[in-house]
Amino acid sequence: MTSARLYLLQRLSAMVLAPLVLLHLVVIVYAVQDGLSASEILSRTRGNLAWTAIYGVFVLAAAVHGAIGLRSIAGEVLGWTKGRLDALMYGIALLLIVLGWRAVAAVTL
Amino acid sequence: MTTSESTLAVKIWKGGAEGRLAEYAVPARANQTVLDVVTWIQRHRDPSLAYRFACRVGMCGSCAMTVNGRPRWTCRTHVSKVAKAGRMTIEPLRNLPVIKDLACDMTAFFEKWQAAKGRFEGRETRSAPIPQIDPASPGRLAASAAIECINCAVCYAACDVVAWKPDYLGPAALNRAWTLQNDERDGAQKTRLSTVAGDAGCHNCHSQQGCSAHCPVGLNPTASIAGLKRQVFKAALRGEV
Repeated sequence: MTSARLYLLQRLSAMVLAPLVLLHLVVIVYAVQDGLSASEILSRTRGNLAWTAIYGVFVLAAAVHGAIGLRSIAGEVLGWTKGRLDALMYGIALLLIVLGWRAVAAVTL
Repeated sequence: MTTSESTLAVKIWKGGAEGRLAEYAVPARANQTVLDVVTWIQRHRDPSLAYRFACRVGMCGSCAMTVNGRPRWTCRTHVSKVAKAGRMTIEPLRNLPVIKDLACDMTAFFEKWQAAKGRFEGRETRSAPIPQIDPASPGRLAASAAIECINCAVCYAACDVVAWKPDYLGPAALNRAWTLQNDERDGAQKTRLSTVAGDAGCHNCHSQQGCSAHCPVGLNPTASIAGLKRQVFKAALRGEV
């Protein structure tokens, strides 16, 4: 993928992440302050497809954003070739998507 | 070496990539630039000292060196501003190969200007009428804000990204590309944008602003690079780069 496309994807994923991170923090504070137990949280989130959609998008955006960012850091710190950097980026993105969506499915489906 | 009110203790890099700091006692003057100090050492203490200068008035961009750890134009840097307790350490610029002592090989720096397509490419032939550019137009204002670069490589030496990634075009070349991207008369803006959007291009910049903090003529290459990123972003959305 070209540098310009990577930059575009990272900025677009950042635009998606910014409101979702705020929402995520609000949800954490709400759940903790109300003293909800794990089972109470799960009873609210399970079967609610809105949470599935929101956190599904959150995971996707975080995977794209994080993988591109780590690619840049590895390029500067390790001086790897473009091929190795791309392999690292796709690997991290795939890992985050699989683990993240697995967790979203467990909590919301 | 002890210092008194009338003497400066000056350490100067001697050698190439490998070398050592040589120490000299230099008479302190009330009004004295770092370049004056280097010249005094060459004339009175070490005729073999290699360094570069030309205009001595801040126009040619030849005399940049690292003074007490920071890149500076030495002809316009007063000793009173940078010496700490009468002590100074003067080294060659960072991020460029040292030829000898304080003289660096600037080849890579200038090649990157060419690589960033920093050359004006006229839209018209010389027989066309001279285009009328409104000095208050947004493009001209953006170009004018970045145009007064003296090619001293202070920004290039200050840039950590160049240190981490030697292929990076660097702040000076990208700043030059930005001025041409805003020049209505230039006809190579699409190819230049593709070039600065490449692996060695503007996206490597961390907006850390070392270039802007050290630019002796007060330019803001970080802002120019941000402008290039905006242009590339829009072009990428249109699928052009």
